[in-house]
Amino acid sequence: MRIALASALALCAGAALAQDVVRIGTEGAYPPYNFINDAGELAGFEIDLGNEICARAGLTCEWVTNDWDSIIPNLVSGNYDVIMAGMSITEERAQVISFTQDYYPPTASAYVALSEDADIMGVVAAQVNTIQAGHVAESGATLLEFATPEETVAAVRNGEADAVFADYDYLLPIVEASGGELVFVGERVPLGGGVGAGLRQTDDALREQFDAVITEMKADGSLNALLAEWFPGDEVPSY
Amino acid sequence: MCDDPANLDTLLWFVCYLTTGKHLAFYGAFGTVLLLLAVTAPVALLLGFGGAIAARSRLAPVAWLGKGYIAVVRGVPDIAFFLFFVIALDQGLEWLRHQWLCPDWTEPVRQGQNFLVCPEAKLPLATAPQWIHEVYGFALAVVTFAIVFGAFAANVLYGAMAAVPRAQIETAEAYGMTHAQAFRRVLVPQMWVYALPGLSNLWMILIKASPLLFLLGVRDIVYWARELGATQTPRFTDYPHGDWRMWYFLFLLVFYLALTRLSEIVLGRVMRRLTRGQAMAGGEVQRRAEAAA
Repeated sequence: MRIALASALALCAGAALAQDVVRIGTEGAYPPYNFINDAGELAGFEIDLGNEICARAGLTCEWVTNDWDSIIPNLVSGNYDVIMAGMSITEERAQVISFTQDYYPPTASAYVALSEDADIMGVVAAQVNTIQAGHVAESGATLLEFATPEETVAAVRNGEADAVFADYDYLLPIVEASGGELVFVGERVPLGGGVGAGLRQTDDALREQFDAVITEMKADGSLNALLAEWFPGDEVPSY
Repeated sequence: MCDDPANLDTLLWFVCYLTTGKHLAFYGAFGTVLLLLAVTAPVALLLGFGGAIAARSRLAPVAWLGKGYIAVVRGVPDIAFFLFFVIALDQGLEWLRHQWLCPDWTEPVRQGQNFLVCPEAKLPLATAPQWIHEVYGFALAVVTFAIVFGAFAANVLYGAMAAVPRAQIETAEAYGMTHAQAFRRVLVPQMWVYALPGLSNLWMILIKASPLLFLLGVRDIVYWARELGATQTPRFTDYPHGDWRMWYFLFLLVFYLALTRLSEIVLGRVMRRLTRGQAMAGGEVQRRAEAAA
């Protein structure tokens, strides 16, 4: 009986696996990459891109939101299969998970503060476990870490931090909407090896499927079209 | 009406703003909190009852078990217990399933910081729809809440059982009732009045502890308050606004105050009802009032 039950369960599991449901984890708090829209649903560049990749690869995809600071451990332990969360490809991360090729070119990061003469070597806010936080720590400034990107900007607004250091594309709409309250300070800093999807190191087949579609989308211009849609401005990122 | 919020006057703007899908999810999350309270309270009371009976047992190992449960869980900070126990319970269940379902698996389950069981042993299965994942997460939270508050309830009930006058039990036994009969017919009905102040205190603490759900990854009212209160830039929403987190958290504060006030009123009524006819100060006051009337 026990054996029969176990094999029945195994059969069910096998049948379910055959449906190819791919769970994609994202943060849902990082516009324009991923965020929760007015309707309470996930939206953003990565949501559109992920859905297109899944459609072209014939996969059924399901989106899952997960806090940023536990997003890699929960991938490794199998709570979802892919991370698409504006995650830059770095060597440290590549030791734990594997990345597809980048679907967003190497990003520029920038400082934002209340005035242009702000001290970017003073107290600088950044989101925890990001390449920006690593950069601030190495620069010698005092690093003030927050769990969400929203809090890093709020820290500048309320004077807790002298500046915030984050992806330029995340900061741009915020600076534009602030009506002059927030300004960019200093030069932009190129960081990371572009943004890619993260997978478990054992999931080679799925990574190859994702890679193949990203290559195809780079070739036929559809990835550039998505980038232009979500990152409008003077310098649209493109391949 | 809500198609072009930028041109609405303030009142209509707020009507539209407060009925976006995102806000409806926020309101739904209040249901999650109430559901948590409604499920956890009886389960914790049951655990507490079991714990108190075990602690009173004349069999030493059973008494140790009951007293150990009360002492350990009461002695650990809630937040530490929550963070530890939810992970431990999840991994424990997966490990058991792993042993049973994948006996041929050769890779170690623990690899550095990672806990990796075979795909068939995952809870819930990676292929399960998202709502099952959410229900599972919620269930883990309920079990954890129930165990923590069960220990406190056990301590309260243990004290309440000891507070019932010994003479009552002796009288019951003198009438020829067995130990179990005296317990059921005399001790349990009378202990509630002694337990209620402690239990109502626990209920209040349980209400106030419910935002710990957020810590366990359940999208509760704290998650949505933070998400909705965050600065919204015009490119990503039809309802741009500044940092409104303070207002959303103020709303949560009012909600919790209303909930605890309502609980106080209801518990006050229950207390009056339980005190009737009891040989204690409160019962005596009621008896005199009735006699005077």
